[in-house]
Amino acid sequence: MAERWLWLLIPWRGAWTPRSKANGQEEERHVRANDREYNERFQYADNRIKTSKYNFFTFLPINLFEQFQRVANAYFLVLLILQLIPQISSLSWFTTIVPLVLVLAITAVKDATDDYFRHKSDQQVNTRQSQVLIKGKLQNEKWMNVRVGDIIKLENNQFVAADLLLLSSSEPCGLCYIETAELDGETNLKVRQALTVTSDLGTDVSRLAEFNGEVICEPPNNKLDKFMGTLYWKDNKFPLDNEKMLLRGCVLRNTEWCFGMVIFAGLQTKLMQNCGRTKFKRTSIDKLMNTLVLWIFGFLICMGITLAIGNTIWEERVGRNFWSYLLWDELLSSPVFSGFLTFWSYIIILNTVVPISLYVSVEVLRLGHSYFINWDRKMYYSKRDTPAEARTTTLNEELGQVEFIFSDKTGTLTQNIMVFNKCSINGKTYGDIYDEFGHKVDITEKTPCVDFSFNPLMDRKFRFHDSSLVEAIKLEEPLVQEFFRLLALCHTVMPEERSEGELVYQAQSPDEGALVTAARNFGFVFRARTPETITLYEMGQPVTYQLLAILDFNNVRKRMSVIVKNPKGQIKLYSKGADTILFDRLDPCNEELMYTTSEHLNEFAGEGLRTLALAYKDLDEDVFDEWMKKLLFVSTSLENREERLGALYEEIEQGLMLLGATAIEDKLQEGVPETIACLTLANIKIWVLTGDKLETAMNIGYSCNMLRDDMNEVFIISGHTSLEVQQELRSAKERIMGPSREKLGSGLDEDKTDMYGSDSVFEETIIAEYALIINGHSLAHALEADLEQMLLDTACLCKTVICCRVTPLQKAQVVELVKRHKRAVTLAIGDGANDVSMIKTAHIGVGISGQEGMQAVLASDYSFAQFRYLQRLLLVHGRWSYHRMCTFLCYFFYKNFAFTLVHFWFGFLCGFSAQTVYDQWFITLFNIVYTSLPVLAMGLFDQDVNEHHSLRYPSLYRPGQLNLMFNKRKFFTCTLQGICTSFVLFFIPYGAFFCAVRDDGSHISDQQAFAVTIATSLVIVVSVQIGLDTNYWTAVNHFFIWGSLAVYFAILFAMHSDGIFSIFPSQFPFIGTARNSLMQKSVWLVILLTTVVCIMPMLAIRFLRAVLYPSLTDKVRLLQQATRRQGPQEQNLRRVRRTSSRRSAYAFAHQQGYGELITSGKNMRAPTSSNFVFPVSPPGRVNVATSWIDSMLKKKGDTSNAVAMEKTTGVASGTEMSDRTEPQGQYTQTEEV
Amino acid sequence: MAMLQRGLKTLARRPDNSAFKQQRLPAWTPSLTAHTVLPIFFCLSLVCMLLGVWLLITVQQTYQLKMDYTDTNSCSKCFDLRKNSSKAQEICHCTVSLTIPEDVMGDVFFYYGLINFHQNLRRYMTSRDIAQTLGRKRSLKSPSSYCAPFNYDENKVPIAPCGAVANSMFNDSFTVNYHLRDGSTVPVPLYRKGITWYTDKNVKFRNPKSSNETLAQIFNGTSRPLFWQKPVYELDPSDPNNNGFINDDLIVWMREAAFPNFKKLYGILNRSERPFTSGLPAGNYSIDITYNFPVQYFRGRKEVVISTVTWFGGQNHFLPIAYLVTAGLIFVTAAALTAVYLKVGKNGKNMEE
Repeated sequence: MAERWLWLLIPWRGAWTPRSKANGQEEERHVRANDREYNERFQYADNRIKTSKYNFFTFLPINLFEQFQRVANAYFLVLLILQLIPQISSLSWFTTIVPLVLVLAITAVKDATDDYFRHKSDQQVNTRQSQVLIKGKLQNEKWMNVRVGDIIKLENNQFVAADLLLLSSSEPCGLCYIETAELDGETNLKVRQALTVTSDLGTDVSRLAEFNGEVICEPPNNKLDKFMGTLYWKDNKFPLDNEKMLLRGCVLRNTEWCFGMVIFAGLQTKLMQNCGRTKFKRTSIDKLMNTLVLWIFGFLICMGITLAIGNTIWEERVGRNFWSYLLWDELLSSPVFSGFLTFWSYIIILNTVVPISLYVSVEVLRLGHSYFINWDRKMYYSKRDTPAEARTTTLNEELGQVEFIFSDKTGTLTQNIMVFNKCSINGKTYGDIYDEFGHKVDITEKTPCVDFSFNPLMDRKFRFHDSSLVEAIKLEEPLVQEFFRLLALCHTVMPEERSEGELVYQAQSPDEGALVTAARNFGFVFRARTPETITLYEMGQPVTYQLLAILDFNNVRKRMSVIVKNPKGQIKLYSKGADTILFDRLDPCNEELMYTTSEHLNEFAGEGLRTLALAYKDLDEDVFDEWMKKLLFVSTSLENREERLGALYEEIEQGLMLLGATAIEDKLQEGVPETIACLTLANIKIWVLTGDKLETAMNIGYSCNMLRDDMNEVFIISGHTSLEVQQELRSAKERIMGPSREKLGSGLDEDKTDMYGSDSVFEETIIAEYALIINGHSLAHALEADLEQMLLDTACLCKTVICCRVTPLQKAQVVELVKRHKRAVTLAIGDGANDVSMIKTAHIGVGISGQEGMQAVLASDYSFAQFRYLQRLLLVHGRWSYHRMCTFLCYFFYKNFAFTLVHFWFGFLCGFSAQTVYDQWFITLFNIVYTSLPVLAMGLFDQDVNEHHSLRYPSLYRPGQLNLMFNKRKFFTCTLQGICTSFVLFFIPYGAFFCAVRDDGSHISDQQAFAVTIATSLVIVVSVQIGLDTNYWTAVNHFFIWGSLAVYFAILFAMHSDGIFSIFPSQFPFIGTARNSLMQKSVWLVILLTTVVCIMPMLAIRFLRAVLYPSLTDKVRLLQQATRRQGPQEQNLRRVRRTSSRRSAYAFAHQQGYGELITSGKNMRAPTSSNFVFPVSPPGRVNVATSWIDSMLKKKGDTSNAVAMEKTTGVASGTEMSDRTEPQGQYTQTEEV
Repeated sequence: MAMLQRGLKTLARRPDNSAFKQQRLPAWTPSLTAHTVLPIFFCLSLVCMLLGVWLLITVQQTYQLKMDYTDTNSCSKCFDLRKNSSKAQEICHCTVSLTIPEDVMGDVFFYYGLINFHQNLRRYMTSRDIAQTLGRKRSLKSPSSYCAPFNYDENKVPIAPCGAVANSMFNDSFTVNYHLRDGSTVPVPLYRKGITWYTDKNVKFRNPKSSNETLAQIFNGTSRPLFWQKPVYELDPSDPNNNGFINDDLIVWMREAAFPNFKKLYGILNRSERPFTSGLPAGNYSIDITYNFPVQYFRGRKEVVISTVTWFGGQNHFLPIAYLVTAGLIFVTAAALTAVYLKVGKNGKNMEE
């Protein structure tokens, strides 16, 4: 749903470049609240956005100007001008102008429609309503009428209309929450706080209307995480930073209302400033095509020169006499000059080797292929109503050539949904179900779920299958109860109860949410919290615990604890954390339980689950009081507070009693292992680049079959210095090269055999499999210039590469590295803002329209909802596109060479005088009417192998990666074929016409009859050839091929008819030629012979190739036809998921927890909204708390400040807003959980 | 969340399930298998062979006689005379004799041939005004600039027909005589009309329309082409309807040949009188030539061709031979392909996966 809204925010992706207005660079911005007159002096942009390029009047000139900037169009314009010179003009002007106008018109129509939609979306955004404070009253205004300096009121769940300075909000202390998903992709809520002075204004409209503070701040820029400014009000100065800003594109959450003052509006907002033009990506075929077109130009010029020299010699020897006989003095002048003119004349005639329609046709094909992607129901995700979308229409064929896939993990491979799956309580596991024979039963959608109806506060979406746990709860087993009590108490989740019993948890990390939800369903409902209490409903009974301390989570501690006092007065410490950490702090009496639990943990981890160990401890009141005093002392200290707190926490978290362990499933997206297996078979290398920790990443690697236990070795590179990394890489490489060296000889054969692999390939492909896992800090060293080659070599020897703890910048660097050194097509797939740089760097960027906002999708070239669609996108659509495009290009070049070079041969007989062979109308229409549609139909609909077989035989993808179907060699072959065809096309009619007369004795060897014969042969030969190239004859193909022939004859006869001649005699001098020549049997005999001679060699060669060296495609086609005869049989590519014995890890937010916010109570609602009476905090506490909040915000600021703009890398300067780099080399992940 | 749930129910953006959009259009998927390709080869080979043989037999029945008269015998004096352009107006006659060894049955066609005359040069070919020869009055008096420099003579009088093509019209004329065994001479009657394409004579070339003016009046105010001895309205003194732009010889000439060596129809044997009712009888013939057309400037040659035609045209050995060669090649290829297929392809050795 969010994506729809987003279109309203960013109406047109990447089409608009923010340009600073000419009126001088703004150096400082002065904005005075509620003072439009003052602000108007500076001519700031208003809140209207305009992404459209044209309006009604400017469309034609601007569009034409843009179009003629393209080399091809300009070239044809030059040709047109050349044609207007009578001495040169070998063709009438219309031969060029008709196609040119057609091309320009098609492009213009496309541009116009694009712009129309831009206008529409602009309009939609501009007319959205917001409440603006005008003349002391709140009035509804359209967005576009909002001005800088206005004060506007926002309500919950509203989009922020412009970049605002937060003035006041409904929440205490001027706090407000925003979701920045659309801006940077982070889904967790962010806190913004107004200045105290302004938050006092509250909701008092009259006071707000009087507010006349002036903000002096930085000029508009695209840095989403930085803002510098000062508020001058009532003779005071208040510093402003990003924590007081609400940026356009954010959504207000959990805040009833807030007021803000517009600082940047419209195009100057940070969001719009970030909507830079995305770097234009070109496919390798595009580049190749450009090279080839240059070569063709070269060839054209060579031909021109040859013919010009020929002309000079001919004029010298023969022509001179002839002209002098004719007394044509003008042409007698100089053979060299005549040669010079002839050169240009031939350039005009032969220009059709670079057909103007090539570019347009290619665009049309790509557009068609993009539509097929958009229309594909098999890539439509019904749960979210998301079809696949080709956002770039120019990259389709490259999808058929991908060799490297760089994938994000969270949200791409995994759903980022955590599910409480299993647990081990006091040495007993729950969560598996067994049949009557004691065998484990696989849990599927149909497995019955445990009935939680005993619990009125349950979460209906929660599913659990093992009923024994509920029985244990109902039997009131104390440890089971304690287990869930811990889960319900030890966390930093915020509850929200909109109406009675309708609980919503705001969890900082989905893991925590899953655990608390589990406790809730098992009867330990976490219902409310205040800074000092936590209220649970334990089996329906309200129990309020005093919250004495939160020992918060951080990356070093890898655990969190709470200390609570239950109603009975017992003080308890509940702790949950990474097993390795907690096991070190257990009481010795737990040893036996520890071993059992440890076994269970191994089991859980083997299934790819994320585990946490849980422990508790009873505390003496005295010990606790003692400790609490120390805590209070330390927490007010200024020096080394963190470390001292850590030590203090350590002190009390000792001698814990183990309760058990939880296992949370990080749910993979549907079909991920199968997809990965299939893509691997297609010889695509998949590298996972994740911000996650090593353990988590490995876990996922195992669960999606990228890592397997039967792999020869998994290398883990985690050196901290350049030297260590080098050492590790070198040894890894040696280990791989060592055993495989003897196999090197056979390695080549292996490659070959695996091209023709089938299902059994799974087992046998590569004998030695290695995996490389590299840590972020090692990667930083490995990416340095001296090590990158080694990294690349080693990585490419491995089957699987996983990079963990990488920053977005590093993701892009890795992609860049592969792109630079391997001449391979790379594809990056991700869903989060942290993947944007990678998506933009790779040849093809794919965005998962998932949960992490829209940034990735907006930066991407293709987007869809599920990772598994990648398989279809590449193996079906990509392969088809590539196949179609290559066949298309081969045919197109062939066709045009065959068509044009006839002139070359004729040159030798007509004194190199640049006389055309064909009728000029034929030249005009050949490419755009007679032969364009069949090849377009082929390029749009052809399927060498159907989708089913494309997926079933992933090795069919190989030719694309090896660039086999269209390369320079192919180009030479097809042009050679074209040249041969033109030779035959010319010389067979020549031979036949040399001495031919009609059956009534009158002569037929005249130029016009000759032209018609050759043209007809050409059209027929070319049509037969496209018929041979078409593998998939749909009705459309039939229609176009036969239709084109019919149209050819129809137009031929029409243009040679009496009627049109009598109207335009000079334009249609071929009157009657068609009738007179095509009535002749000899002409048809010539056409038949020409066609046979042109086609048969090609047919023989193709047949021979298919028999002697059949490609996999040939085989699969054969098989496909065989199966069609037998009827279809469903065979699915399924792979058994293997389990592994890997340890899984503590997975948690890598961010500082919310503990401080909770204990300070600053994020709590006013007491009135709750049923409970809070003890009102003493004023002193509030002050302390405020400072806590400040420090909290500061810390959060650090993390988000780390969202450094990637200016230095030069990886395209667009929306890199999301790239986070941690200055100290410590990798902070906010959204990877 | 609420939005999401709403989204669950509506599948508004689901693509249509049409065969077209899902790329499942029913289609015919032919492929190059031995069962389709080899029969095609053999069949084509057979077809070409049959055609070739048939054509060859047909061509054998035709008769063609070529006679280069550029500077042979008595024509050499005319050849020398034409070297000098100042004597262009001097009339020169010469005679060539030829022998036809056996009777030539059926219709016999007389052609004149030119060697090394480039009617297919671009500037030459465009040097004509189609509108003018179509009889457009405006074009008659103001010929198109394409005709330059042959659109106006030195007195700025428009030339009709304008342009280099018309200007260089072939203007030799022939009279063929048959020498009977008894020594007497019978002129061979030739049809000099009906030698053009119907469309040319009736559509493409028209005289300017006029109700009651004579041709000479119509063409008043134009001048004849530079090289011509007679104005366009006096081309055929024998038939006033064969004058002007619709003169058959002019039309034949104006249909420009594609190659530098070409022959154009001059006349057709009139078989209404004996002894020519069944064709040309064997014997000696002579051709009286009014030798006007100079060729030495461009090292050209002139010839007369006497020929019969068949259903597919005149004597043309190229097509039958080409067909036979093609048939042979296709057959050899087909045999080779079959061998390869039987050896390698049939048991599907390469088809193994």
